[in-house]
Amino acid sequence: MERYYFDHNATTPVSPEVIQTMLGCLAEVYGNASSIHHFGQMAKQRLEMARRQSAALVNCRPQEIVFTSGGTEADNLALFGVVRYSKRPQRHLVATAIEHPAVLNACAQLEREGVEVTYVRVGASGVVDPDDIRRALRPSTVLVSVMHVNNELGTMQPMAEIARVTREAAVYLHCDGVQALGKIPVDVPSLGVDLYSMSGHKIYAPKGLGALFVRKGTRMSSILFGGHHERERRPGTENVPGAVALGCAAEVAAGDLATQVTELAMLRDRLEKGILERIPDAGVNGARRSRTPNTSNIYFDGIDGEALVIALDLRGFAVSTGAACSSGAVEPSHVLTAIGLTAERARASIRFSLGRSNTREQVDALIHAVEDSVRHLRKISPVVHANA
Amino acid sequence: MRESSILNQPIAVAMSGGVDSSTVAALLVARGHSVVGLTMQLWNQRRLPELAADGGTGRCCSLDDVYDARRVAEQLGIPYYVVNFEAEFERQVVEPFLSEYLAGRTPIPCTLCNNFIKFDRFIDMAQGVGAAEIATGHYARITRDLSTGRYQLRKAADCGKDQTYFLFGLTQSQLARTLFPLGEMTKSEVRALAESMGLAVAAKQDSQEICFVPNGDYGAFLDAYLRSKGRERAVERGEIVTTGGRTVGTHTGVHHFTVGQRRGLGIATGEPLYVISTDAATQRVVVGSNEELLRARLAANKVNWVSWPGLPASARAQVKVRNKHVAAPATLHPTAWPDRVEVHFDEPQRAVTPGQAAVFYDSDLVLGGGWIE
Repeated sequence: MERYYFDHNATTPVSPEVIQTMLGCLAEVYGNASSIHHFGQMAKQRLEMARRQSAALVNCRPQEIVFTSGGTEADNLALFGVVRYSKRPQRHLVATAIEHPAVLNACAQLEREGVEVTYVRVGASGVVDPDDIRRALRPSTVLVSVMHVNNELGTMQPMAEIARVTREAAVYLHCDGVQALGKIPVDVPSLGVDLYSMSGHKIYAPKGLGALFVRKGTRMSSILFGGHHERERRPGTENVPGAVALGCAAEVAAGDLATQVTELAMLRDRLEKGILERIPDAGVNGARRSRTPNTSNIYFDGIDGEALVIALDLRGFAVSTGAACSSGAVEPSHVLTAIGLTAERARASIRFSLGRSNTREQVDALIHAVEDSVRHLRKISPVVHANA
Repeated sequence: MRESSILNQPIAVAMSGGVDSSTVAALLVARGHSVVGLTMQLWNQRRLPELAADGGTGRCCSLDDVYDARRVAEQLGIPYYVVNFEAEFERQVVEPFLSEYLAGRTPIPCTLCNNFIKFDRFIDMAQGVGAAEIATGHYARITRDLSTGRYQLRKAADCGKDQTYFLFGLTQSQLARTLFPLGEMTKSEVRALAESMGLAVAAKQDSQEICFVPNGDYGAFLDAYLRSKGRERAVERGEIVTTGGRTVGTHTGVHHFTVGQRRGLGIATGEPLYVISTDAATQRVVVGSNEELLRARLAANKVNWVSWPGLPASARAQVKVRNKHVAAPATLHPTAWPDRVEVHFDEPQRAVTPGQAAVFYDSDLVLGGGWIE
């Protein structure tokens, strides 16, 4: 059976260029980047080249890049690092209700540690209003955390306007950019953010590596304790092949961003048009404008999204719904309920996220399979769902 | 015995991670069927952490069980998914279980789960993903009366493992889509087969009957669940009285008692006392001697007819009032309501408990069953 991958927001396949570069590094460069000898210096050179490449993708200085084990660690470092540095008796943090669990659960932990958190609601568009951020600020606010692009809807948040709000109030702004990188141009100076999280495996590099942009002068603590690596901000012997892979992926992403944006938007629009023309009682969740070009979240009223994902997988198409819980079962999406969908409609929604490997032929085959599966599901099961 | 007649469509196997359902999946694969493994996520054990003191062995829906099911699916090379029925399970099994309990009856959640989840929602899911039939590891058999076309449910070949007491609610359309591949086998044969096929779970311990209630402590579960929902009840107190009307003690809620119970009454008397009945309205627990537990008659409502289409006239049968009860000879009498049946036992039976099921048999044939009033 031919298998087609339409779940690039979950993760991407490692690109051939990245594999080549990383393998070369694994084979030849084994020194510890902190060692003073030749082996160490070779590793250090590769590490710093990777840092320059990663910095170039978001237009920051190489010294402002801290390599981490991934997006989750970058988010945790930003939130805990800034909050713990602050010695104020009252500390308050602002995040949106549609953040990734890496931010939301970090917030929940901070709440258990006595930090106050305000979760700003978003409307049906899935886009946060900067004025709502302004209204959530308090004298005790130390950090605002807003994702650049939502992973489920693909909606972009108005970071530059939010940055104006935070700058006026002299509050740090963290942005989870994991779903934006490689899909839209990212320029951290013009976004005006102080911290920006990145992840390798969403841009065709392997899992287990990411980075945090920390604007020069940002005051924060470490969350791990050990050696003097990464300018004392993130201890642990550097993962040089991982950083090299991230750097290479960043360079490739920067190189073909313009083409990707046009091509993916064309494919995504073809997919949406095809589905909405052929399938009744279906529609796009969230704002259709102001979205990354690769993502489409569509509801199919009256069906169970979990059944549709399984049916499509058995036909060779990988898509996703909701959030995976620890067993692998699907939990209702907090994002879809946050933008006002009923529990039924949230359960009837599917995320399609396109990437480099997808073609017109694959998209047409997917439209056909979705149409067929939705019709079958609607025929056999008049779904009566619990209002959980 | 009913076997799959459809070869070009996959069969969905309900895989719990235990030896029985794993063997079912392996058997069907060995017979050349296309198989999809599905594990139902029914209850999140981490929801009531205060009950999880023993580490949670032998309970359903744990991550360990999902791990085992996934491993067997991998061994067999079949597609495998975990499907989330937590909301339906809570609404259709846990909540009714609680309200029955609070009303002083002793419910059977397994039957509710079979009726509304395993043979309803699960069949829908299976069909939705393209499987025409489901297979489970239940010990029971399905045959078909060729003259009438009616599907019949029969006791398993292994009497000790027979699960038909919990399956009396199955409808004809459910039976038409269901396979019980273990019905002709004994448990030891199943284990031997699992071992010979090299299944990773061949030696795994059997799970207990009520999967979401740790250690069978219904009262503790109920209290913890209601507390988690912010529906904590005021502590109820009531009297324990003898059938003669003498007060012999007090208690903290009738839901802690079930008919026939002897232990845990907290009263010391000369002769052994048993719970004869409970009354939620008056919070009264009536106790008496073993003889006073005997009942010659019962009425069952919401009767589902399985192998018989109905009860046009009185008929002889054997009736089980508990899973471990030895089916007792009785006469079934129709009433003015088609789904209500009166049962007259030849000999009085001990601890006939409201809320439990009365299941009617003719030898190994399951005629039907209903809920004891």
